[in-house]
Amino acid sequence: MQTTLNKQNVGDYERISKRRDKISTFLLLLPYVLLFSTFIIIPILVSGALSFSYFNLIEAPRLADLFGFYNYVILVTQDENFLRYVIPNTIKYSFIVGPGGYILSFIMAWMLSQIQATPRKWISLAMYTPSMVGGVFITVVWRTMFSGDTSGYINAILLSNDIIDEAIQFLQDPAYLLNIMILVSLWSSMGIGFLAMLAGLLNVDKTLYEAALVDGIKNRFQEIIYITIPQMKPQMLFGAVMAIVGAFNSGYIGVALSGQNPTPQYSGQLIINHMEDFGFIRYEMGYAAAISVVLLLIVFMFSRVAYALFGDKG
Amino acid sequence: MAIKAMNVNPKRFDRNQLKFYLILVPMAVFMLLPVVYIFSQSLKPLDELFMFPPRFLVQKPTFKNFTDLFRAASSTGVPMMRYLVNSVIVTVIAITLTLLITTMTAYALSKKEFKLKKFLFSVNQTALMFVAIAVAIPRYLIIDTIGLNDTFIVHILPYLAMPVGLFLVKQFIDQVPDELVEAAKVDGAGDWHIIMKIIIPLIKPALATVAILTFQMIWNSTESSNLYIITETKKTFSFYLTTLTANQAVSIAGAGMAAAAGLIMFLPNLIIFVIMQSRVMDTMSHSGIK
Repeated sequence: MQTTLNKQNVGDYERISKRRDKISTFLLLLPYVLLFSTFIIIPILVSGALSFSYFNLIEAPRLADLFGFYNYVILVTQDENFLRYVIPNTIKYSFIVGPGGYILSFIMAWMLSQIQATPRKWISLAMYTPSMVGGVFITVVWRTMFSGDTSGYINAILLSNDIIDEAIQFLQDPAYLLNIMILVSLWSSMGIGFLAMLAGLLNVDKTLYEAALVDGIKNRFQEIIYITIPQMKPQMLFGAVMAIVGAFNSGYIGVALSGQNPTPQYSGQLIINHMEDFGFIRYEMGYAAAISVVLLLIVFMFSRVAYALFGDKG
Repeated sequence: MAIKAMNVNPKRFDRNQLKFYLILVPMAVFMLLPVVYIFSQSLKPLDELFMFPPRFLVQKPTFKNFTDLFRAASSTGVPMMRYLVNSVIVTVIAITLTLLITTMTAYALSKKEFKLKKFLFSVNQTALMFVAIAVAIPRYLIIDTIGLNDTFIVHILPYLAMPVGLFLVKQFIDQVPDELVEAAKVDGAGDWHIIMKIIIPLIKPALATVAILTFQMIWNSTESSNLYIITETKKTFSFYLTTLTANQAVSIAGAGMAAAAGLIMFLPNLIIFVIMQSRVMDTMSHSGIK
């Protein structure tokens, strides 16, 4: 290489520096691409492959019956718990916590954008706080809040005001568990997507609102639909994706709150808990993988809807 | 005219804002109640913890729960400090490496030309919707296969590639003018030099945001200790905390300790976020997906 440089041949020099640049780019990308493939891409592919197999961790996996589709067929025809509890629970939970939490975040961010900077800073901090506490904190606090024994706050309040006669076992009673899970998830749903939407709202060009008035906008609702949202579509989309992922990632809380998997009478059983039940408790890995593929497809579908609503192509 | 134009980011208070405060303030209070509660609970003496009816605020605060917690050891005899030190080490290493790897990749995606550039970025953007918990099983199998089981780095390695982080940093580096990078190149600066001397100082807000997100993920995570680690001395503080809460029903004294531990888990999150809040908001204005 030294000799080529000594020749002062510009063409050669450019070629070498281009090659160097390529190597450098490759090295910059290498760690992320390796880690990304190993812990995100390959697990998804393995999940897909395992879902067509029978695998119990002891014997080598083998192709499942019905040309591999056995797990899926059983899932949609035979698995009574899945059809009767898991699917309806997941639909109710994910619709309220996903789109519901998202709309709530947007409304809160919209109001926050219309007050002064200093109170906004503190109120948005209060709203963001629950999303950073993590699962352990949620278990400690909310379990005591809804506890069925004498330390439970909700029961104590209801009892001392004579609203109820005896303590309700909120976390073990199928009538309450799912709703409590939804409440807790909504409580912790204003995370990074909420902050993104707040930032987006603050960046909308003020003169647009004044121009819109001249053009005949009649109320706040029209203003939001025709000016605000179109102006901050990219942040709306980011917020939507974060809301969907957040809703499905917090699916563990039913098990955390009730302390058992399956949750009491499957009342708080979400698709994630069902997967863990089969994967880590019953060691039916092929079946668990099929459930996880269904889960990934659901998340993907939700995100497609978000992209259709707010994406450039939509 | 029916309405006034929406007054975004007002400079001064006027009566129209009152209606917003009427909703926002109670909402903020509701959001903060559990946080106040854990403060109060962690300072309660034993008799107050089990008083009926329970009182929300502590009457005679004491640090006994904290001293108990620091003296406590898990059922296998590992002292609590060991878990805490493990968590601190893991978190610091994970944040450093995440920032480094994310910046390198984001710089390449933003300022370099190569064949798969568009493809890589769109794959990463799709991965924003990746729900890690869904692939817990194959992840476990892969970690087992490459022999990472029961090693300390299993707390770190699986979490370093963070699609959201890469996305945010890349969007931020896009704001850095190409001319700046070109000028440095003419002066003979290599990529490493450009990243360290030009890019990093300019994208500090984005890095602060990624640091916070990484911190929240790693510090709060129990997954790695739960699934991949067998040796008790290699487990982390958040895992130790779950053992306390699991015992809560059985051991009475555990409730106060669990609250104290919950507070220790939570406080660093809060402090770091409060310090970095304005930088996070700065990053978020470039967070849009186009």
